[in-house]
Amino acid sequence: MIEFIADKYNFWIAIVLMMIGFYAIIAKHNLVKKVIGLNIFQTSVFLFYISISKVNGGTAPIIWHPEGHAEVVYDNPLPHVLILTAIVVSVSVTAVALGIIVKLYKNYGSIEDDEIKLIEHNEPELDSK
Amino acid sequence: MIDFFTTHAPVLTIVVFIFGALLAPVFGRINNSLSYYCALITTALSFVLSVYLLFSVYNNAPLEYLLGGWKPPYGIEYRVDILNSFILSVVSFVSFLSVIYGYGSIKSEIYEKRHPAFYSVYLLFIGGMMGILITNDIFNMYVFLEITSLAGYALIAMGRTRYSYMASFNYLILGSVGATFFLIGIGYLYMQTGTLNLTDLAQRLQGHFDTNVVLVAIAFIVVGLMLKMAVFPLHFWLPDAYTYSPSVISAAMAGTSTKVAAYLLIRLMYTIFGIQAGFSGINFSGIIIVIASITILAGSIIAISQTDLKKMLAFSSIGQIGYILIGTAMVNKYAFAGGLLHILNHAMMKTALFMVAGGFFYKFTSTKINDLKGMGRQMPFASAMFLILSLSMVGIPLTVGFISKWYIILGAAQSGYWIVVPVILLSSLLTAIYFGRVVHNLFFKDSEASNTGILHAKIPYSMVSSTAVLVFLCIFFGVFAYMPVEISLKAAENIIGAMPWK
Amino acid sequence: MKDDVILRTITKFMLPFIQIFAFYTLAHGEISPGGGFQAGVIFGSSFILIALVFGKKEARSKMPRSVNDVLISTGDFIYAFTGLFCIFAGGFFLEYGELPFHSAKEGNHIGMIIIELGVAITVAAVMMTIFFEIAGKEDD
Repeated sequence: MIEFIADKYNFWIAIVLMMIGFYAIIAKHNLVKKVIGLNIFQTSVFLFYISISKVNGGTAPIIWHPEGHAEVVYDNPLPHVLILTAIVVSVSVTAVALGIIVKLYKNYGSIEDDEIKLIEHNEPELDSK
Repeated sequence: MIDFFTTHAPVLTIVVFIFGALLAPVFGRINNSLSYYCALITTALSFVLSVYLLFSVYNNAPLEYLLGGWKPPYGIEYRVDILNSFILSVVSFVSFLSVIYGYGSIKSEIYEKRHPAFYSVYLLFIGGMMGILITNDIFNMYVFLEITSLAGYALIAMGRTRYSYMASFNYLILGSVGATFFLIGIGYLYMQTGTLNLTDLAQRLQGHFDTNVVLVAIAFIVVGLMLKMAVFPLHFWLPDAYTYSPSVISAAMAGTSTKVAAYLLIRLMYTIFGIQAGFSGINFSGIIIVIASITILAGSIIAISQTDLKKMLAFSSIGQIGYILIGTAMVNKYAFAGGLLHILNHAMMKTALFMVAGGFFYKFTSTKINDLKGMGRQMPFASAMFLILSLSMVGIPLTVGFISKWYIILGAAQSGYWIVVPVILLSSLLTAIYFGRVVHNLFFKDSEASNTGILHAKIPYSMVSSTAVLVFLCIFFGVFAYMPVEISLKAAENIIGAMPWK
Repeated sequence: MKDDVILRTITKFMLPFIQIFAFYTLAHGEISPGGGFQAGVIFGSSFILIALVFGKKEARSKMPRSVNDVLISTGDFIYAFTGLFCIFAGGFFLEYGELPFHSAKEGNHIGMIIIELGVAITVAAVMMTIFFEIAGKEDD
């Protein structure tokens, strides 16, 4: 039982982070906290990808020719490349989300989503921006 | 020369969007309306290329294009077959007509200086969707899915009220969660097989379908895509997103973005998961048919109680995506053809309906159903188009909605899923109820004296002509249905009969 | 923050090194961690540092709005044009081996560096645009 947890500790950490991020998206009312939760959620996925690219006894996937060693074992570089792309996507989503939050604050004066719903319910304005 | 063109046509379909999206702001600095012509030429070129691709693969083998010259398991590959090119043609046609419609419509909804940026982001939105349709590499599908979604968030936020920011933010959170689930599923598939190419994945997944890794991967991918498609329990972003966005964007998004997510699910189900062979005892078709039936009924029932025209059309869209799923989940040639035809039909009908709603908004700055009383006398042409489109959505013969429902019911009867037939008939009745209410308000009630004042006297020709083209095509393809039906049947034969994929 | 002597001096001293480090990251992308996106972010953050220490007007005068908009398009054009040029030279899209250099290996090498340069320019310009749009109290 203890090997089940200790051998696969990287997957356990990824799952714990994923659930923390997901909880923050669902349960927090502040919009910035929701964006931070989304970031934590996506970061846990990156951790999961990179942890599956490790080869036993492998070193960083940059070619080097050491003297005295016959053959060098490298890690799998493909998930690293996938994660670079996914990090760019995550940064873009965060940037768009923060831009929308700035505009929301200018229009409503608050960044809590229940307050925004209340303001919209009480005084719905058409054609205002 | 023709050979050169045929070889490189798959990638040129995407590259024109890159150039268009980057040239539109540059031209917009010189003159604001030049960016409109840039968008128009780009979508027209991509429509021509998509139809050319459809005719190239119709009788021949699928076209394959290797990016960078690297052979398939090492590099990204684009693959065009009949299913792909059919949906490519539909998406590019709808986007072309939306650009024409947008010329008149965005003058009253979006701030003048933002027009070049609007066209640029719109071209990225459509280009991302074309990329999803044409690629053969599963991670490339994720990247293009995120490009489309990001452009969609920005486009929805350009709506006319301040609540559109909140609608865009909700869509952002839910859409990113869905795309991240898709990414986790890709990670699990990569863990099991070591490759990202769809052809290679199909071969390497044989015999592994009862391992935990592949089952979890299927679960994550299906849930992530269902969030993007807005099937019933995960649909909460769609009504606000379609209601509070500009009229052009409602029209273009309603016709394309959920269909492309449905295509993604179809492609993954048939190609790598092999739904036609059945796998490890789970009745995957049955699960999807149940979920899709609940979606159809829920969408239609909730649409009856709406007071805003655009929100009603949005819930109707949620219901219609269920038809596509039901049609393609039954592993049957006629049902698959019906589902594929419904992609074409619903794109035409729903885009035209949102365009008509935009026309009502242009004249009266209101989209509430109560404000439309008696508009049949003041706007006869628009109301007539709305009537024809409503008949088509219900499924009256001689219109295009009848053809797809006929084929789905034929396929359901043939393959033994009898539960589908009463669901489709009941939902047609519910569709008649909620569209009938609007038609009743338009034609059979007198306009009240306290109507909101007329904002513009005349609807621009660009808006009227693009809607009229779509309505004409609804009737034309309803009467002379030979060409789309033949294409869909051939696509169904190719997809269902091809396992493992060659 | 403009009045603090230490911040001003250190920023004026460090800025060229930050930008050179961005170029170093770009050029060594194939033999050490780095590449186009990272180099673009480092270069963009040098301009954000000017904005933080000296104020938004000063940073805007160093990178006017029109130059910023053109730079965003320029980087992506370099990418797309390289790909199209490979098509006209006889290969597939982005097949750098067909570029008219001495050998396929050198074509691959130089093609990849050009692509990374395009990516770095676009990412740097986009970082600056995002910061200048979100920050500041005035509406433009």
